[in-house]
Amino acid sequence: MKSRLKTGQKVQGAEIVCESLLRHGVSVIFGYPGGANIPIYDALYKYPELKHVLVRHEQGAAHAAEGYAWATGRPGVCFTTSGPGATNLVTGLADAMLDSIPMVCLTGQVPSKMLGTDAFQEADVLGVTLPVTKHNYLVTGAGDIAPSIYEAFHLATAGRPGPVVVDITKDAQANYAEFAEPEIMPEFNKKIKTDATADELDSLALLLNNAEKPLIIAGHGVLLSGDGKSLLKVAESQDIPVTLTQLGLSAIPHDHPLFMGMPGMHGAVSANRAPLEADVILALGMRFHDRVTGKVSAYAPQAKIIHIDIDPSELGKNVVPEIAIVGDVKTILNRLLPKLKKRKNPLWLDRFKLWKKEEEEKVINPELNADILKSAAVINLLSKETRGLATIVADVGQNQMYAAKYYCYRKYNSHFTSGGLGTMGFALPAGMGAKMADPDREVWIVIGDGGIQMTLSELATIAQEKLDIKIALLNNNYLGMVRQWQELFYKGNYSQVRLKNPDFQKLSEGFGIKSEKADNLNSAGQAIKNARDFKGPYLIEFVVAADENVFPMLPAGAGIDEMIISKADMK
Amino acid sequence: MNNMHKNLQNFIIWAQNKPGVLFRILWLFRRKQLNIESVTAGHSEIPDITRITITVSNNGNKVKNMVHQLNKLVNVVKVEHLDTAMLVYREMALIKIALSEKEEKSQVLRIIEHFRGRVINMTNSVMVIEATGDENKIDAFYENIKNFNIVEFVRTGRAALLK
Repeated sequence: MKSRLKTGQKVQGAEIVCESLLRHGVSVIFGYPGGANIPIYDALYKYPELKHVLVRHEQGAAHAAEGYAWATGRPGVCFTTSGPGATNLVTGLADAMLDSIPMVCLTGQVPSKMLGTDAFQEADVLGVTLPVTKHNYLVTGAGDIAPSIYEAFHLATAGRPGPVVVDITKDAQANYAEFAEPEIMPEFNKKIKTDATADELDSLALLLNNAEKPLIIAGHGVLLSGDGKSLLKVAESQDIPVTLTQLGLSAIPHDHPLFMGMPGMHGAVSANRAPLEADVILALGMRFHDRVTGKVSAYAPQAKIIHIDIDPSELGKNVVPEIAIVGDVKTILNRLLPKLKKRKNPLWLDRFKLWKKEEEEKVINPELNADILKSAAVINLLSKETRGLATIVADVGQNQMYAAKYYCYRKYNSHFTSGGLGTMGFALPAGMGAKMADPDREVWIVIGDGGIQMTLSELATIAQEKLDIKIALLNNNYLGMVRQWQELFYKGNYSQVRLKNPDFQKLSEGFGIKSEKADNLNSAGQAIKNARDFKGPYLIEFVVAADENVFPMLPAGAGIDEMIISKADMK
Repeated sequence: MNNMHKNLQNFIIWAQNKPGVLFRILWLFRRKQLNIESVTAGHSEIPDITRITITVSNNGNKVKNMVHQLNKLVNVVKVEHLDTAMLVYREMALIKIALSEKEEKSQVLRIIEHFRGRVINMTNSVMVIEATGDENKIDAFYENIKNFNIVEFVRTGRAALLK
């Protein structure tokens, strides 16, 4: 552990902030200085080990910290000033809260004597961020800084991860206190159950050993528990087909024969048909989100559900499981494995072959072999060129679905996106954060023309940091997902979805980022090669079909039995 | 009104006595769309631990899930979700009545006696009465006394202990 201060050394609160971060192994901070956190920036000057990235908007700092956390499993860290600096974080906090991403955000606050006076750049940060954080602190004394930051780091990763805000008044930053490494108070070590009991394991094994059509649905909890190998071993021991929710993608290699795609609104035919026929569903670190289940009453009508999650409040929240176990997915699967009978299940797996074939014929092949450049074909090309080993940071909307469905993820934990909140503009800063956290990753940001314009200013940060990031901009000059809904469910009333876009080449050039444009399969393939050969940021604008639709699709509120496989299926 | 009290579900919450903790707890009920019928908060037998009793109307799954949600709050030390049958509990009400004639006074005193209430303050024209009991008793007391000239009426939530 790196450190600069000795225990008992009297320093300013701002220095205690930096020391606490250093001792938590923080390597990168994403932030923006201002009047109420200027003492922290002054102290940062003495801490060259803490690399600071100057974002262009605090929302960018929050998403970059999320990207950092996705890539490392450690909390991402942000600095912002009071008032607007702090409120600009809110979207990123809400995003991290819904997607269980550990984050520690340190916001400056007006001096403690001015709290509640509506002072310049004062906002009630505790009140504003309460609904979107695991916990938050208001610190008014220099001596309270270290305990709060230590607790924040502990909380951010304990059990189900999430964001924590520490709001520090300017006087607390400037005043002096003795630095001492605090002990985490016992109330913060509330017992988190991570393992299954022997009885739980036995009933789990009994159900699986007797299942005829078992199905695994695994989510983000698998990635958060730290490895996909235990999942794969359990699946392989009994030939259990595995589906991965959007946030669980890349938990196992997507070219594995037992991988059956992503379930849900735009899920694979196989992943949505299987719950209708399965007799046992093993749900791991996922929360039966409405986008996964569709109408709950029509979901998995004959399946006994085994639900394992580290957060007890998720069990029984959306569906009623037969067996509910609080605990860590990896720990439980490793203990379950020796209790499982080894067996094959060819009849059940044959059903999936049929479903996969149906989707290939009706959806995938037409997408990949279209005359005009389509997003699916672009992602497929990218997947082939990078051999499925790149990290894809996907934005929100159609581009996100194509990135989820057409990239063959072969590297563990290599798909990051904004799932729960669906934050457009997430990918650009998040990709930046992922690359800074782990420079060895080949990072590709997949984003639409709508989303990129929401956090566009971070192109400047990417350029300033000379990050070797590739941006695949899928440009259809539309807010494509809304356009798709309007086409399919709102009689083609295209209301406010057409974008008159800037010239993305000139824009990139303005930021000092190399770019090129591709409008057919050949030029797209060449552009991807060029981008990969180039050391530094590179933006490719893929001009894709304006009217493409993502299929299959469950209309909002429909059950998975009402999946529409292609437009021809619609009445 | 009696039916309303029948299905009340009780949460007894032990939490750190720190600024904002009650707000975090009450906010969570709002967030999960549960309407609070009553709240009682105060010191417990444990130093620095506040005991909060909250009642809500029964709402099946949401109420069950609420225990887990409350447990996720850092400042919450312990949560119990209990059926009313498992508790002994009291509410207290204070009623201020303005009196105009002597006859009224004796009528009121008779009612107080019947409900085992107490007069805790009295001037020539005003009487303050204390009544304790479960919600039904307080309701009944109020029903009996409401035709007098009530100046103020206040009632607490449940103060509850496990049987």
